[in-house]
Amino acid sequence: MASSKKNQTFLFYIPVALMMLWTVFPLYWTLNTSLKPEGDVVQRTIQYIPHNITLENYINAWKDVGFDTYFGNSIFVSIFTVLLTTLVSLLAGYALGRYQFKGKNVFMLILLMTQFIPRSMLIIPLFVIFSKLGLISNPLSLILIYSTVQIPFAAILMSGFISNIPKELEESASIDGAKQYQVLFKVILPLLLPGIVATSINIFVYAWNEFLLALMLTNNQAKFTLPVGLSFMMGEFNVNYGALAAGSIIALIPSIILFAIAQKQLVNGMGGAVKG
Amino acid sequence: MEKAIAAPTPQLKRQHRKNRMRKATPYLLLLPSIIMIVAFLFYPMATVFYYSFQHYDISAPFYDGFAGISNYVDIFTKDKLFYSSLLNTFKWVISEVGLQLIIGLMFALLLNEKFRFRGLARTITFLPWAISGVLTSVMWMLMYNEHIGVFNDILMRVGLIEKNISFLSSTNQAFMSVIIAELWRGIPFFAVTLLAGLQNIPEELYEAAKVDGATRLDELKSITLPQLKNTIVLTTLLRIVWEFNNVDLLYNLTGGGPANSTMTYAMYIAKTAVKGSNFGYGSALTAIGFMILTVVAFLYLKFSKYNEEA
Repeated sequence: MASSKKNQTFLFYIPVALMMLWTVFPLYWTLNTSLKPEGDVVQRTIQYIPHNITLENYINAWKDVGFDTYFGNSIFVSIFTVLLTTLVSLLAGYALGRYQFKGKNVFMLILLMTQFIPRSMLIIPLFVIFSKLGLISNPLSLILIYSTVQIPFAAILMSGFISNIPKELEESASIDGAKQYQVLFKVILPLLLPGIVATSINIFVYAWNEFLLALMLTNNQAKFTLPVGLSFMMGEFNVNYGALAAGSIIALIPSIILFAIAQKQLVNGMGGAVKG
Repeated sequence: MEKAIAAPTPQLKRQHRKNRMRKATPYLLLLPSIIMIVAFLFYPMATVFYYSFQHYDISAPFYDGFAGISNYVDIFTKDKLFYSSLLNTFKWVISEVGLQLIIGLMFALLLNEKFRFRGLARTITFLPWAISGVLTSVMWMLMYNEHIGVFNDILMRVGLIEKNISFLSSTNQAFMSVIIAELWRGIPFFAVTLLAGLQNIPEELYEAAKVDGATRLDELKSITLPQLKNTIVLTTLLRIVWEFNNVDLLYNLTGGGPANSTMTYAMYIAKTAVKGSNFGYGSALTAIGFMILTVVAFLYLKFSKYNEEA
């Protein structure tokens, strides 16, 4: 709330500490488990701090369980989803942010409506469509559907960023004799870059984390993405908890790094998008 | 006037063509997104309704063909899981969205205070938002585990339980356990959006209230909450839709069990689809779910009086 003086009483830090504990503990516990040798993991006395720190679970998960493959698949799918979504939504965002045209409001409404199409309800028809196209267990199917799902929100964000750039900048550049594409690349794109980065990270995190469609559209273990690989491992009869925890930490690293880098823009972008 | 009647000069022709191009540009720019949205969102949704009137069983291809409304009749008359999964969905959505909103608001209020390490605290609090549902399932599964889980150990040390509980495989605790795990991932979304909302409230409102001698609770009730109303309505609506469809944790932590006690509607559809035999029946379930969700969203917007003055 709007307290102008610094609130530093001791009591204030109790709820903050609880908030941190609630958030951090599951992460800590996974890290803790991943660093213990298998014998210590299944021991009946619980170790809150690992005694014999080892990286064997990481080596095991990466080499034997197949997280190297899953990681590669996830990177491939996520990067191409980001590229495709950014390109397509940038075009749409430019149209929405810069032009007045017939059907604009209808299109905006369509974009908003897509947000209410339940994802779990797409799994049967998409499975049928991609089987007919011969794209089951092909990363292209995931790239296409992830992009489509992300385009509406990304386009709305982009149009917001674009309409925030003063039109006069473009006009004065054209008067100076710059061609349309020169204006785009030299004037608009640099100003848009922070917005594009925030949107791209949002898209990356979605593609990196998506589970249900990936599960449905992949039936070849060599094509699993990380979430599907983790789920598959959890479902095994003899779960190797140490390797499972290590695999989770591996899967966690890219999104944590991106999140830490762009946390501020992400939060501002999200906040702006749902502002009433 | 004369100019308009005169034969168009080459210059004018070029001007016309340029104008036409200018008019076509926005549509060309929108074309790729329209194609993708139609091909992979609208067309699939349409086929769901089509399949729902078909016998479409990939384990029995000889049984294909028009089914009339028999899939729907079966669902409403014979399918007990249909009703129980709807009830579970109701419980799931209400408790998730309600608790996420309340706790998320508390987090946002805390993070809006000025204190040392506030930036770091914000980053950490928002972190679970970037973490996948499957990862969240792994983390909580490790903590809930009956034999190696830390929760049993803590409860035992505190003296609350005498022997280990199987949090995820007993019908008494499983649903509650998954709800708590999903809270961990869902709260940051509210914390983020509500914090952004809080920062948009003009400081003067609070200063005026202070002059009038308002307490913190008064401020919350008469300034903060009304000012946040639109944000709250919109974020809760998004969350209702999202939690209605959310299956990641349920699929990975309990698979809808034990004894279907955690089977929500979306989980039921996912299970029908992934087990993947009867697509006609699954499509009818899907179509019903879509209609329920649409009605809920519509009623919600109507009764929450979104965008009207409080």
